[in-house]
Amino acid sequence: MSAAAEFFQRVAAVAGKEVRQLRRDRLTAGMIFGVPLLLILIFGYGINFDVRHLRAAWADDANSSGSRALVADIAASQVVDFVARARGPEELRRLIASGEVSVGLYLPPDFERRRLGGERALAQLFIDGSEPGVEAAARALAGIPVRDRLTAPLRRTATLEVLTEYNPERRTAVQIVPALIGVILTMTMVVFTAIALVRERERGNLELLITTPVRPVELMLGKLLPYVAVGLVQTSIVLGAGVLLFQVPVNGSVAQLYAGATLFIAATLALGLLISTVARTQFQAMQLGYFVMLPSILLSGFMFPFEGMPVAVQWLAQALPLTHFNDILRGVILRGASLGDMSRPLLKLTAFFVVAVAVAAMRFRKRLG
Amino acid sequence: MTEPGPAIEARGITRRFGAVVAVNEVSLDIPRAQIYGFLGPNGSGKSTTIRMLCGLLLPQAGTIRVLGHEVPREAEALRRQIGYMTQKFSLWDDLTVLENLRFMARAYTLGTERSARRIAAVLEEYRLGELRDRLAAEMSGGQRQRLALATATLHEPPLLMLDEPTSAVDPQSRRDFWESLFALVARGTTILVSTHYMDEAERCHRLAILSEGRLVAEGEPATLMDGLPLHVVEVKTGAIEAARRELHRLPAMRSLAQLGLRLHVLLDNGVADPAGLVRAALSAAGIDAEVLLARASLEDVFVAATLPRAAAGTGAAP
Repeated sequence: MSAAAEFFQRVAAVAGKEVRQLRRDRLTAGMIFGVPLLLILIFGYGINFDVRHLRAAWADDANSSGSRALVADIAASQVVDFVARARGPEELRRLIASGEVSVGLYLPPDFERRRLGGERALAQLFIDGSEPGVEAAARALAGIPVRDRLTAPLRRTATLEVLTEYNPERRTAVQIVPALIGVILTMTMVVFTAIALVRERERGNLELLITTPVRPVELMLGKLLPYVAVGLVQTSIVLGAGVLLFQVPVNGSVAQLYAGATLFIAATLALGLLISTVARTQFQAMQLGYFVMLPSILLSGFMFPFEGMPVAVQWLAQALPLTHFNDILRGVILRGASLGDMSRPLLKLTAFFVVAVAVAAMRFRKRLG
Repeated sequence: MTEPGPAIEARGITRRFGAVVAVNEVSLDIPRAQIYGFLGPNGSGKSTTIRMLCGLLLPQAGTIRVLGHEVPREAEALRRQIGYMTQKFSLWDDLTVLENLRFMARAYTLGTERSARRIAAVLEEYRLGELRDRLAAEMSGGQRQRLALATATLHEPPLLMLDEPTSAVDPQSRRDFWESLFALVARGTTILVSTHYMDEAERCHRLAILSEGRLVAEGEPATLMDGLPLHVVEVKTGAIEAARRELHRLPAMRSLAQLGLRLHVLLDNGVADPAGLVRAALSAAGIDAEVLLARASLEDVFVAATLPRAAAGTGAAP
């Protein structure tokens, strides 16, 4: 038998063993399908950057027709729901501190004078800065126009209509769902391989495994390959749910999307293997897995625009496979880009995969202690 | 086995774990086509030595040659020539007998024809045929041990290293297991086996006794027993406790153990008439006892070898 044939046979031996073990493990096998479906439902419906229906309180010390009209306008925007009326700014602060409301609107006694003067802000908005997203919503509120009976109706009375035209819910889903493929895969894939070697060690199988002619790189590839298939199944679940439930259009080629996904899955699994060569117990492997997962999700451009991050953090983000996969996903799904346009992120994922597998194989010694 | 020389040669191998010296300058010559035993209590360095010999642990000092290969440098080349059985069952619990064997056959790249032939042969030899579809997790200790031996011999290695293979099985399974080992030796296999059972140690062709990481005795079991540098005296008496107290006062007494109604006593071999000495001591104390000289057992050899070194000499065979 040639060296190459032996290589492939040993990789296939490890991969085959992994598949059999996975099939026997009913819970994990169920999780392969259940977890991505559940996550896409939760995230798809739950994550909404267009904040609405924030609980709010107001205090109106002016008590004029103009101030009442402003409160009504703001309430009509649906960004806030007024649930309490306070007596003065102190009580507004207290309501925010107690968590009863996130936004407080204060209309001062000199509201009418300010309205005519036009130099100072008409009213004050108290915001709970501890909640992300609230501030952005409040900024939108700050620009709300005021109806004025003394002058002609303002041109921008159509603020609400502009928002509606924007179709906030759908826009978020369209942005979110493609990126969710990468986020969900990161969450499932890293842990699969992170525990792969550690489990063999904890169960005592490793001592026997390392006395066989199976080489480290063969072990790594054999451990990784079955989960590439698992990852592609999960990609299909998330993408299918995105198209059916959230009407996400796939503008580019599905085949190219899967090619990109395969590379990303392999790179993420390789990252898991790397963790597996560091951790000594399954518990440590899980901890390290989450340690990688959170930066991936936060820094990959999924949550916050990449451009807004400090340079050092951008470098860190560059080292995360999810960052590049997000480029590919948004490019192929939303902009209809071809893989040719996506050659840079593809190349980076490939490089990541090769380096991670090589380092994992080098770190893995066929020795005890 | 046409190659000359011993199967394993080790010179001065040493391994520390932190402050503990697990194996201390051990040298071995293990002949081919024999069963060579490592006898010693837990923590005496048996497993560490075996792991160094098959390249799983790096020695911090010393040299090792196994089947003509230098270890650990050429450990990878040795893989196909060694069958290894770990102390703890290390096959996959969630795979069946057949799946475990098939995986190992593929890991050793035996090829379709040879792996089918070898799997059929070990299923037959180790009475696993009816268990072929049983998950390893659902097998008894004896069955798991047979599966482990079947796996270790699947690729027909000329050298087997077995680390306490019988620690989790019943006496009948142990007997059957040793029959299997002799069958393998008859076909030319060299077997290195560690144990803490005296009866198993006695069945080995040669034996090394390890204590606290040192090789304290080495040789054929019969030679070790005949060459014991201590006298063995057995005392049968109704007043065991009184006799025990009395014998502990003898300066020449090295070890004393109770076996049912008898006391088993090891005395310095400087004593001219050991039975007379014991008899005199007991009758002086008014204890009625039957005192006889006995033949040394392997346990006596073991006890003598693991006594504090100044007290008992080296115990090595001539």
